[in-house]
This record gives sequence, structure tokens and C-alpha cells, in this order.
Amino acid sequence: MVGQLVEGPAAAQPLRRVRRNYTPYLLLLPGLAWLVVFFVVPMLSLASQSLQTGSVDTGYTLTWHFQTYVDALSQFWPHFARSIVFAATATVFTLLLAYPLAYFMAQKSGRWKNILLVLVIAPFFTSFLIRTLAWQTILTDNGPVVALARSIHFTNLLQWMQLTSNDSLMNSRFAVIAGLTYNFLPFMILPLYANLERLDHSLIEAAGDLYATPVQTFWKVTWPLSLPGVVGGTLLTFIPAAGDFINSRLLGNTQTVMIGQVIDSEFLRVQDYAVAAALSFVLMAVIVIMVALYVRRAGTEELV
Amino acid sequence: MTDKTSGDLKLKGVTKMYDSFTAVDQLDLVIPRGSFFALLGPSGCGKTTTLRMVAGLDQPTIGQIWIGDQDITDTRAYQRNVNTVFQSYALFPHLSILDNVTFGLRRRKVSDHKAKAMEALELVQLAHIATKKPGQLSGGMQQRVALARAIVNRPDVLLLDEPLGALDLKLRRQMQIELKQIQSEVGLTFVHVTHDQEEAMTMADTIAVMDSGRLEQVGDPAMLYEHPTSTFVANFLGQSNLLKASVKNRTGTTAELDVHGVSLRLPVDRLKDRTTELWLGVRPEKLRLVAPLDSEGADRGADHHVEQNRLTGVVVDASFTGLATNYLVQLAWGQELMVVQQNDGARPAARGGQVTLGWAPEHGFALNANEDAHAGAQDQADDSGAV
Repeated sequence: MVGQLVEGPAAAQPLRRVRRNYTPYLLLLPGLAWLVVFFVVPMLSLASQSLQTGSVDTGYTLTWHFQTYVDALSQFWPHFARSIVFAATATVFTLLLAYPLAYFMAQKSGRWKNILLVLVIAPFFTSFLIRTLAWQTILTDNGPVVALARSIHFTNLLQWMQLTSNDSLMNSRFAVIAGLTYNFLPFMILPLYANLERLDHSLIEAAGDLYATPVQTFWKVTWPLSLPGVVGGTLLTFIPAAGDFINSRLLGNTQTVMIGQVIDSEFLRVQDYAVAAALSFVLMAVIVIMVALYVRRAGTEELV
Repeated sequence: MTDKTSGDLKLKGVTKMYDSFTAVDQLDLVIPRGSFFALLGPSGCGKTTTLRMVAGLDQPTIGQIWIGDQDITDTRAYQRNVNTVFQSYALFPHLSILDNVTFGLRRRKVSDHKAKAMEALELVQLAHIATKKPGQLSGGMQQRVALARAIVNRPDVLLLDEPLGALDLKLRRQMQIELKQIQSEVGLTFVHVTHDQEEAMTMADTIAVMDSGRLEQVGDPAMLYEHPTSTFVANFLGQSNLLKASVKNRTGTTAELDVHGVSLRLPVDRLKDRTTELWLGVRPEKLRLVAPLDSEGADRGADHHVEQNRLTGVVVDASFTGLATNYLVQLAWGQELMVVQQNDGARPAARGGQVTLGWAPEHGFALNANEDAHAGAQDQADDSGAV
């Protein structure tokens, strides 16, 4: 490089010797290796599996049999639709429950903040399965919750809304959605809390100072500024809820089967690997498309 | 447009207490309509609390706040025709500059909000960046947007909470002049909260000096500077030399004072009746290095007849600042006086040299001898260090 002549304005600047720095790439390597081994390879394997024909006994061969997708979808599209509806409903409920709580924790709780945070995270100390089983006990027919729900005619309301089919709460759409809402609530609270905690209180004061009523202040300032938290929370809730197979099995009935449960039984009980793999792929594609549309719509990239 | 409702801002016995701490204590203040009023004081003196109570962001514990003939004490912030320029600007980061400025107008359903907002942005010379977001602007620009966002609503009172605190010195000077121009252009009542005495003096018609939640003195900048009524004001606004003095006699218009055995004069009207002990104050720039009164009297300066008060001392420190030379002169009894001597071409005094200081009696002021001679001085030193 020495002695090289550069013309133009660049000549005035001293020549910079560029030494290649490999450290960032080396630091990326373990993560990349992990992704390749535990994400890319299984994905390819799954894709291949969905296009194979055969059986567990005779073995599978790759025959590019796309008909599997058509068969799987025509048979299981109601489960897809149900999963999306259940997950979306549960997401809306978690948002309605989590937003006021997260706002209170972030802006008003003072010295109770840390205790409340621990309480939000506390359910993670026991397993997902145990917590869902506990809901069976909570919603059981001779429990106090059902008694209360009956006395205030909440059960009638649910029946009228076709969320239950009789005057109990267990083994119904209501129970599945309630279970999903409960299980994914912390995933909504935490991103919202992280967002609302950074909310500059002087912006709220400025809105009030500029004649906005408290309600207007919320919709014009607080809500738009909290959208990144809302988007993060809804994604963290909706995506796992759509693929969930525990809540529908433990709290639902044969009419509430969700797609996760179908995939589970196709793989492990029916052992139709091709259909199970095809369903998994479609579920993934559906979620990716919906999330992409949603994120574009919410326009999070425009927010600071 | 709001002639009916607008008027003087009046605070009547306003007190704000937090548990046992009294942030603002029995504040009575009338701020005339259309004036540029500064609330000046060190941090923690209650000036920002006062401002927040006027804005409606804090409620007074006791007392009333009136605008014209309306009692606004119990109204909420969004119901008051008062706008604030926040110290942090508090621009809405998700809205464009134009939407920030139209925010207040839209809430009030003003029809031509866009035209009005553009007009306000033109006033602060930022019409060309109306579509940008606050995050894309520099601090000085954000400051102007915050000002435009408040002014556009034509409030009865515009509150400015240390609006220039985050700007660098040069930009601050420029904004001081601009704010003053804008105020006289729009004719709104500006209440400016600041801890910077120079800023307050540059901009305000009237200054209220606050300390520990109480009003120390209210007046125009020159009055406060030339005739402070407390040691706090004397030290907080500029610098003062305070000499322990006692009244020897009062003859006609001039009183004769005894300061550590030296006889000095002061106009009688500066003294309260029956005062015997007092602090005699004199500003550093009022002191002049004059020729010593030698035995022959040959070297008497031409203006000797004006500067009747004389003290002799030794220069212990001299620092040249270009515009002036600052001296520290130690008097016979050990006290050190600050002297600022204009750089008018005269030969500067050397360190260690004997000098005579002279000043006209009418440049002196008398303060209560019971007050702390250093009140307000520490805060002053902190602030000037930061500037």
C-alpha cells in the first residue's frame, strides 16, 4: 500500500491501513452453529418428511408427494381456524388484563414494583403442565368458582355466547381460552412493563398541559408510544398460543381440539409423520404471514 | 382573542407542603398581564413547584391562584388556559413537528389549526422542518418547537421551566434574545423559572427572587441589583462586598458610618429608622482603585470629590479577564473585598501592592445586620462555575 498514489480529495487524507478483524465473526460462530444444527437441519428434515410416503414399519422415501398438504389441509382446516380464533381471543384478553397491570407497575407502584414483578414471574417457578392441571381443579364442577359463576349467571352468559355447552366451566371453549389467557399472561405483561417503564412522565403532563383530557392523553400519547410493547407482547402471546396443545387437551373437549394437539397426535399416536410434518409447516407459514402483516400494519419501525 | 378572561396572574397565600417539608410558603404574587416575569432562585427554592401549581400539575396545599377574575385553583391542567415549555421540552416523539404544534389546537377543535401552527413555526423559524420528528432535531430546535407548541395556543400565561438549561452557552445567549423578541411580539404573559441570575436579568421585566419557598424581593432587574433588600439577594444577583458597620450620626441627607474605625458615608434614605447596626454593601464594579491620599494631597484624582468613601488595603490576588481585572483586596482587619476594574487602559495594580479603594456613597446599600453575610453566595458560586 505504501507509495500508492491516490488522486483527488482523498489524497489529502492519510492512508488508512485496514486490518481485517475476525473477532466478531468468531463470536458469531457458536450461535450460528447452534442455529444450523438445531434449527436449519431439523427444518430441512421436516420439509423432507412432509413430502415422503411410506409408513413407520416399511420406512419412508422422498417422493415429492405434495398431495399430503392438500389432504392434511382439507381434513384439518377447522382446527387451524379454531387455533387462530382461540389464540387471538386469548391474546386480546391477555392484553386487556396486562395493560392496566403493567401500567400500574411501571408508573404508579413505587416501592411495590419489585414485589409485583416477582409475583408476575412466580408462575414460571412451576411447570406449564402443572399450572394447567391446576386450572382443572379451579374450574371443577363442585368448586367455588363454578358456584360463584352460576350464582351470578355467568355460566348462562357463557352458554349464550356458546363458549360452554352446559352450566359447568370445564371441558369447554371457555376453559381453553381461559387457560391460554392465564398461561401466556406474563409474556404480555413483561414487554408492556418494559415499555411503559420507559414512558417519560413529562409527556403525559405535556398532553394535559395542551388541553388533552386523561382519556385523550391515553389514546394520543400513552397508547401510541406503548405500541412496541403491545406488538412484542401480542406476538409473544399469540405465536405460542396458536401452536399450544396442552390447554386444549387438559381443559377442552373433542370440539375444542387445536392444531397443536392434532400435530401431536399425528406424530405420536397415528404416526402419520408426513401429515404431521405438513401440518407443522403450514402452521409455521400461517403464523409467519400473519405476524408479517401485523407488524407491517402496526408500523413499529416508525416508532422511536 | 381572550380579552374577557385574560388578565393578571395572581397567587394568593399559596403554600405547598410535602409531608413535613414546605416547598412554597405563603406566596403572594401579582404578575401583570403581558409582562416577562422571572422566578429566580437556587435549586430547591420552590420556583418550579410554584410554576407547576400555576400549570395545574401540582395542587397548592393552601391558597388560591387567579387569572384575571377567575379562580383557577381547583381546575385541572387541561382545563387551564396556561401552557408550559418543559425543561425537557417533552415533545411527543411519535408525532411530527407539525402534529406536535397542532396538538393543543386540535384538542380545542380550532378550525384552521394547520395554518396557525405553521405561523407559530415561522415565528421560531422552523417552518421548513414541519414534517420531521422531534428525534431528528437538535436541542436548540427542539426548544423552539416546544415554544411554538405552547405559543400557538395563545395562553393567558406561558410558563417556561428552565427552558434554556440544556443548551450550550452560545445558543443560550441567542435564545435569550429571541425569547425576549418573541414575547414582545406576541404580547403574552411569560413566567420564566430559572436559577441563572444573568438570564433572568437579561430577559425579564420583573424578577421575583425566591429562597427556601419564600419570596425575597420583587422588582425590575436594575432595582434588584442596585438596591437589594436582603443579603441573599445581594449575593445571589451578582456579587457584593458586605462590611459590618454601625451608624455614628445622621446629618441632613448623609449618614456617617463606622466600619472598623474607618468613617464611611451612605445616603440617609438607604437606612431604616433607628437602625444602628447594619451590613454596608457595595458592588465590586462600583469600587475604584484611586490614588492614595498622600500627605501632600498632590495625587488626588479628578473624581475624588465623587468618591468620598475610601478604604486602603493590599492586593492579594489579581486576575485579568480581558474586559476587566478582578482584584481581591485585603483590608486592615483581614476582610477581603472583590474589586472589578474596567480595562480602560489604566495601569493595573500589582499583587502585593498597597491600594486605595474609593466609591460614591450613593452606590452603597444597607442590609439587616442580623442576616447571614454569605446567604446566597454559595449557590451563586456553583452556578457561575457551571456557566
